[in-house]
Amino acid sequence: MRPMKTSLVAGLVILALLLAVPPLLKNYGVYLFSYWLVFVIANMGLNLTVGYAGQKSLGHAAFFGIGAYSVAILMKAGFSFWLGLPVAALGCFVVGLGLGFPALRVQTIYLAFATLGFNTAIWLVMRNEEWLTGGTFGINNVGRLGFFGLSLDGNLAYYYFVLGVALVMGALLWKLLASPWGKAFTALRDNPIRAESLGVNVQAYTLLSFAIGAAYAGVAGALFASLVQFVEPAPFAVGASIMMYLMVVVGGPGYFFGPLLGSAVGVLLPEWLRFAQAWYLFVFGVAVVLLMLWLPDGLLSIPDRLKARRQARAASAARAAAAQAIGAQT
Amino acid sequence: MTDFFQLVFSGMATGSIYALAALGFTLLWQASGTINFAQGEFVMLPAFTMLAFNAFGAPLLASFVLTCIVAVAVLGWGFKRGIADPLLRFGMMPIVVATIGLAIAMRNGVRAGYSAEAHPFPSLFPDKLFNVMGVTLTLSDVGTLAFALLLVLGTQAFLSRTVTGRAMQAVAQNTDSATVLGINVPRMVFYTFAINALLACAAALLVTPTYLAKFDMGESLGTKAFFAAIIGGFTNSRGALLGGLIVGVAENLAAAYISPTYKDAVALVIFMLVILFRPQGLLGKKVERKV
Amino acid sequence: MSAALLKVTGLKKSYGAIRAVDGVGFEVMPGEIFGVIGPNGSGKTTMFNSVLGQITPDAGSIELDGRDITGLSPLELNRRGVGRTFQTLQVFGKMSVRDNLIVAAQEHHGSMFSRMFAPGDSGLGAKADALIDQFRIRHVADKKAGELSYGQQKLVDIAMAFMSDPALVLLDEPCAGVNPSLVGGIGSLLKELNRGTGEAQQKRRSFIVIEHNMDFVMDLCHRIMVMVEGTVMAIGTPAEIRANRQVLDAYLGS
Repeated sequence: MRPMKTSLVAGLVILALLLAVPPLLKNYGVYLFSYWLVFVIANMGLNLTVGYAGQKSLGHAAFFGIGAYSVAILMKAGFSFWLGLPVAALGCFVVGLGLGFPALRVQTIYLAFATLGFNTAIWLVMRNEEWLTGGTFGINNVGRLGFFGLSLDGNLAYYYFVLGVALVMGALLWKLLASPWGKAFTALRDNPIRAESLGVNVQAYTLLSFAIGAAYAGVAGALFASLVQFVEPAPFAVGASIMMYLMVVVGGPGYFFGPLLGSAVGVLLPEWLRFAQAWYLFVFGVAVVLLMLWLPDGLLSIPDRLKARRQARAASAARAAAAQAIGAQT
Repeated sequence: MTDFFQLVFSGMATGSIYALAALGFTLLWQASGTINFAQGEFVMLPAFTMLAFNAFGAPLLASFVLTCIVAVAVLGWGFKRGIADPLLRFGMMPIVVATIGLAIAMRNGVRAGYSAEAHPFPSLFPDKLFNVMGVTLTLSDVGTLAFALLLVLGTQAFLSRTVTGRAMQAVAQNTDSATVLGINVPRMVFYTFAINALLACAAALLVTPTYLAKFDMGESLGTKAFFAAIIGGFTNSRGALLGGLIVGVAENLAAAYISPTYKDAVALVIFMLVILFRPQGLLGKKVERKV
Repeated sequence: MSAALLKVTGLKKSYGAIRAVDGVGFEVMPGEIFGVIGPNGSGKTTMFNSVLGQITPDAGSIELDGRDITGLSPLELNRRGVGRTFQTLQVFGKMSVRDNLIVAAQEHHGSMFSRMFAPGDSGLGAKADALIDQFRIRHVADKKAGELSYGQQKLVDIAMAFMSDPALVLLDEPCAGVNPSLVGGIGSLLKELNRGTGEAQQKRRSFIVIEHNMDFVMDLCHRIMVMVEGTVMAIGTPAEIRANRQVLDAYLGS
């Protein structure tokens, strides 16, 4: 099947680049790539919730934060990263299920604001509960794990670790979406009433879309903690959730590789715009608006749009030819 | 006890400003399904515009009128034609993200292009105090509350009593039927955007003297406006007023009786309670899922 | 006299002061095509939605195969073998036609957990293809459902209701908005689907069909129920209904 093949080829090319380029970059460049990959993982989860299952979630950064703090707190207490990671993932899964419950009662805009409220609540806990999270001072000197004896203190080594995790998480998501669950999520997104009348357990799939998405953010948060090695509430506020939502929509909601592009826009673009100095965020904002006007379905909708345009042009050419043929006969 | 009434009253004054922003937000949603994440910035920009006109020598009220004209053109017509119209048929996601981008652009455009500092803003009302039954009220609070209430109730009256207003309501309830009835739907929708721009200008005029004009003043104002709109009931314009007043009063009381750091959390807590127990808002109607 | 597959008794539903359904009762036999006709506002769709669990009736009982199903959710009803089509088209526009059919039945196979590891089409590919051929939409099977013409989408919509082998299918205006040339095709398709694979009458599927197209209804249905203002005016064979004085006066005209 053609679409599978192009995806496979594209995936392999990207993988090759991701493996080969970072050793050529300076330390900060490698760090940036790790930072980007961490967000790719988080946004893979958000893409499932928002892009594939059609829910509204403006609180994703809260799970990101729960994951980061879980690892930071546990590692500070002497436990290994390998305990912190599953705790982060499972903890976020459970909390994500909890966040899914409002989704069963309210929809669209109300749900968007409910998740926003949830994020603010979690952020307030992070900021105020100093005994647990260090409050606004945060937790610093979070260590980096050892991987079967290899130290991951270096940025490049840690980058490859993050890449490995990203590949595993990506593969798991691919498998999940290729299974019947993928169709169930899409049915839930496109027409929940019809889906329910066909036997799709809309409630279960809604809760799971939040829970799985949250677990992905939790894993990303765990990696984030060891990457930046200083965990404080600021990166997990509502603004961050809104940025993540932006990244998913800009990349293309419901497209598997959307988070790759979207996270690049959200993380790398502001870096590249730094030359514009004080104006760089302004340019970023304008760029987002223009991007949405040009491609409301995200960057990855470009191939589909080109195909649709080609089909439309072929159809009108065929119509013109038919009209000519008839005209020639009369 | 007099303290309590003072707090309630000044809370109502602040709340009535939230109500203005919330009302515009609600109307936009009802009439066109536009979620405007830049609503706070829609208040910030007129504040700075008024300052600019003022700096050029125009007195405050003249600056206000000029700003209103600019706002209707840019934040009303420009926003509608440039962003809302092209994106609305693609569902909620693109317009949410576009308005997020717009908010970022507006905030940082002002910050980079004008100033990152807080600027004082002339007050509409002179500094005067009243004493009513032992309670001290500022003229500013009284005037703000009166002005804002006038605007909100005036907008309600316009919507329910005038022909144009009722046409706008028709468009909000059922666009297809409205078109069939011969109502100029795009124009009615534009009027909604224009009203939102005007309400935002009024909010700017009333709130900036106290909070000062700064590029990020829109952030918390916008969030509170959203919460107020939801608390009151998103399907109901009276809800915006109720929601705003509740948020304003609750904040003031919480800051005084609980702790100033919890001021911002209050709106959030009320909002969460409403979402969990009465998601359609206090005055809203339950939206049934139609088959 | 074989037992009824569906038995509705004393169904009532009011919206405020309006009595949409006011004491409706009828039976549908196994393998029967049961038509429901009546003027607009007679309560047909409300009755339908009550049977289908979309709304909860104020009073009355609904039994499927002897078991009470009143007030069950659409999800549960689907699991018990009740399928439906909708008056307004409700296909999944972004999925291919084939995937639409697969998702229409996949939730009946295995559990949620086992489905995580099942192949993408849950083994329903052959069945979907069979239905696609029966409905003669093979040439658009791989296109996105949203790209099809209205008539083709209608066929997909109907096909989806049959994927899970329901014992009872409720069709809400299957011919609405459809090209007249397609109406006859839908009629013969439904007859084919009703006959199934040639088993005895008892094993065949039952349909309840709401329609306004009189020729279609008279030709297709074994029995017809006429609803007027929330009540049942008459139930009988097409011939009996056509000859019924009351029905002619109230609805069909002379």
